[in-house]
Amino acid sequence: MSDKSAHNRFVLTGVGLTAPGGANDPAEYRRRLLAGESGITSIDLRYMGRAPAGICTFPETKYRKKRENKRGTRAGCIGVYCAGEALSDAGIDFTQYERSRTGVYIGLTEHGTVETENEVYNISRFDYNVDYWTHHHNPRTVLNNPAGEITMNQGITGPHYSIGAACAAGNAALIQGLQMLQLGEVDLALCGGISECVGSFGIFASFRAQGALAEHVDPTKASRPLDRDRNGIVISEGGCVFTLERLDRALARGAKIYGEIAGYAVNSDARDFVLPYGPRQSRCMQAALERAGMQPSDITIINTHATGTRQGDVEECRAIREVFVDCPHTWTNNTKSHIGHAMGAAGVLELAGNLPSFTDNMVHPTINLDNLDSECALPGLVAGTPKKLERVDALLNNSFGMVGINSVVIVKRFVAN
Amino acid sequence: MTRDEIKDLILEIIEDIDEDAEFDNLDADAPLRDQLDLDSMDFLDIVMELRKRYKLQIPEEEYPELATLTSCVNYLEPKLKDV
Repeated sequence: MSDKSAHNRFVLTGVGLTAPGGANDPAEYRRRLLAGESGITSIDLRYMGRAPAGICTFPETKYRKKRENKRGTRAGCIGVYCAGEALSDAGIDFTQYERSRTGVYIGLTEHGTVETENEVYNISRFDYNVDYWTHHHNPRTVLNNPAGEITMNQGITGPHYSIGAACAAGNAALIQGLQMLQLGEVDLALCGGISECVGSFGIFASFRAQGALAEHVDPTKASRPLDRDRNGIVISEGGCVFTLERLDRALARGAKIYGEIAGYAVNSDARDFVLPYGPRQSRCMQAALERAGMQPSDITIINTHATGTRQGDVEECRAIREVFVDCPHTWTNNTKSHIGHAMGAAGVLELAGNLPSFTDNMVHPTINLDNLDSECALPGLVAGTPKKLERVDALLNNSFGMVGINSVVIVKRFVAN
Repeated sequence: MTRDEIKDLILEIIEDIDEDAEFDNLDADAPLRDQLDLDSMDFLDIVMELRKRYKLQIPEEEYPELATLTSCVNYLEPKLKDV
């Protein structure tokens, strides 16, 4: 990010989202985060019974017909809504940008699990006769599906594809969009992440088999990262799509600017299929700071990835403590305590939850933190109630995922020069 | 099934695919695709629904028999006569 001309600065100008519990626009989502509300409920899962989960309720037919939702996937339905909202929020109607110069980059933890489980269940009612397997299976399960459904809906003819990066995917898609702008491949990037994971019993069952699925009699208390009494992950669906533009184009059209991407990094643990690794996370955070030309003390808010598993929470907090030494004006929070783990959407939904800090100067709290795990002690941890600051200058969004992938995005307050 | 019942069945399946489908001015002897917003995947949905409901196996070479509402009824009448 060395060339600082306005053509090589990249800004977020539109946000479209649906978050668990019915927050379907950035303002309502922010209101709930500041109010400390949980968006978690419980659902019935095939074969498994009830489990806490984050469910989105949004106007599914706002941007396409019910028949298209039936033909497509839940991920596509979420994506079409989020992309439509992002474009609307950004004031882009494709008179400012060409559809052929627009790219769609969507981060996914996985895709196709829900659709495959549903079809296996479907043919189980026909004695496993594959003549009853749907012809919709392949277009629904190709990995570009959610991004492709967005392009069909918006008539976008530029590139589209998915970024598979486990639960680091949301950030990774944002980075991909930025890099495509840097390369001059596109002029407008729709980038973000989507999760339809709550439709898959297998994802829940796998976490449960691993001892990492949250349980609680009160589902709103189930997602409790950093808390001594946490017992695992609350799985959520959700989505968030940003419009990302070059600063010169955004200024020329008088766009509202949420923030500027200052730095980013992605790296790999190269160690374990499941367990996160703090030292590589700290390296990833340092690399993002270096790319941004920033010191740790320049970061106002660190949004943790912490999911509510002991090892994940402890490793991340260790990494943060290693990087952020003597940073009395750096604050930390956690969004999953409100909305659960939205997998591929997690990083971007969490970023969207914190972006309003640049205008309201508030740090949203971590909730359900009744007894802090001593190994997760972080200076500046905001818990229970929001914290009002004089000014918020930069957000660092940390994400990591299975098979050892870490991603960090730093967004700073937009300042013209 | 009577011819009218088969007609209603086809329209019901199409309505399940597209709840906005308008049947008021449907010409039973003109291709359904020209009058309704249906594509090849929708026709496969019709074939699949008939298979699920009545265990009907319609060979691919006979798909053109489903082109119009009348041809659907003509084609399906002997197959559904005992339903």
